[in-house]
Amino acid sequence: MSFISSSIGKKVAMSLSAFFLISFLLLHVAINLLSVVSAEMYNEASHFMGTNPVVQFIMQPILILGVLFHFIMGFVLEFQNKSARPVKYEMKNNQGNSSWLSRNMIYSGLVILAFLGLHFYDFWIPEIQYKYIAFEAPDEHRYFAELVHKFENPLRVGFYAVSFILLMMHLLHGFQSAFQSLGVNNKFTPGIKKTAWAFSVVVPLAFVFIALFHHFNH
Amino acid sequence: MDLKLKIWRQKNAATKGKIVDYDISEVSSDMSFLEMLDVLNRELTEKGDEPVSFDHDCREGICGSCSLQINGRPHGPDGGTTTCQLHMRKFKDGDSIVIEPFRAKAFPIVKDLIIDRSAFDRVQHAGAFISVNTSGNTQDANATPINKGDADHAFDAASCIGCGACVAACKNASAMLFVSAKVSQYALLPQGQVEREMRVTDMVSQMDEEGFGACTNTGACEAECPKGISLTNIARMNREFIGSNLKS
Repeated sequence: MSFISSSIGKKVAMSLSAFFLISFLLLHVAINLLSVVSAEMYNEASHFMGTNPVVQFIMQPILILGVLFHFIMGFVLEFQNKSARPVKYEMKNNQGNSSWLSRNMIYSGLVILAFLGLHFYDFWIPEIQYKYIAFEAPDEHRYFAELVHKFENPLRVGFYAVSFILLMMHLLHGFQSAFQSLGVNNKFTPGIKKTAWAFSVVVPLAFVFIALFHHFNH
Repeated sequence: MDLKLKIWRQKNAATKGKIVDYDISEVSSDMSFLEMLDVLNRELTEKGDEPVSFDHDCREGICGSCSLQINGRPHGPDGGTTTCQLHMRKFKDGDSIVIEPFRAKAFPIVKDLIIDRSAFDRVQHAGAFISVNTSGNTQDANATPINKGDADHAFDAASCIGCGACVAACKNASAMLFVSAKVSQYALLPQGQVEREMRVTDMVSQMDEEGFGACTNTGACEAECPKGISLTNIARMNREFIGSNLKS
């Protein structure tokens, strides 16, 4: 049996892709927070990310592959795990032995997937259209205005907020769990769990704050 | 006390099972859960009905035979005990109790509440052993000094009785807690070093072949384990498995 086809190998792959996506999330929230501080700084950072060839043609494809890998592997594992118990219990009482978050990662993940669909529709597709289909002239001042425009619709802001709450729930279990999958469970584990908890709460709430800030201030 | 029992009845592996209701009265709170089932079976036998088949052996919490899912929890509502150690004082007069077998693809039902747990045996046969020279000059195990912490952790892991509560509790029917306990008890000791890398890969491979699910770190197995086997064993098995694959 090869490493990646084993149950542990798949979990290791999930953990590594999760850590990669978590590091991207940190970069993303840092750039988005600039929009609250200064429109100019946000435009500058976005222009760099949107035009730098390393970011565009190396990091971006790796990111897309990372996202796809994490979701596909998540579905594969969910399917295999479900098939390990073909006959369900008449009565199952899980409340006392595990958290709701840990048992429902697939559902929080599906909401995040739906959000990513909207996110691609909102930001990624217009970017492709702007740069590689319409071949419009580079405008380093457009990013902030586009961001503010996207947060005008209260329905979109609502879905955005709900998605990030689900991301928080996904991270609350997933972040610390990724360490266990990689075999890290030692004297540092309590500290890791606290750090992972803080990240899982602060980063998604920062995204929600940014959306609400622009919705109510512009 | 009077109780309403809802028990899974299934003639054999090939037939479909169903929950059957039984009323049982004058159950003493001092009875063990298995004694209560003994009383029910005596009543059923006296009426000419088929008694409920269930597994049991030592009735003192060390053999791991008496594996029942009681009101949705492996070994019932009491933590850190097996079904045979569960007493009827944990229930109230008029309670309804749902009794099912542990459910997993790798644990097919033999009859009623009896399941076939030979998948665990096959996982153990794949690597849970050490090679010792038995030609007459076997070294005394006590001649090898072992760090106290390692010895304690190995002993804790070795206290797993292989009851299958971890599989029953896990939403993925994963056997990782059981397998990791067996991997750990040898990996921590000098006697287990010779087959260390082969052991973890072979046991994990057999575990996957048997059809158990993967671990999603919900912690349900640790919470329901009657012997308190810790999740640190799963982390150790993951390390052993990654290390073994990197070396090969």
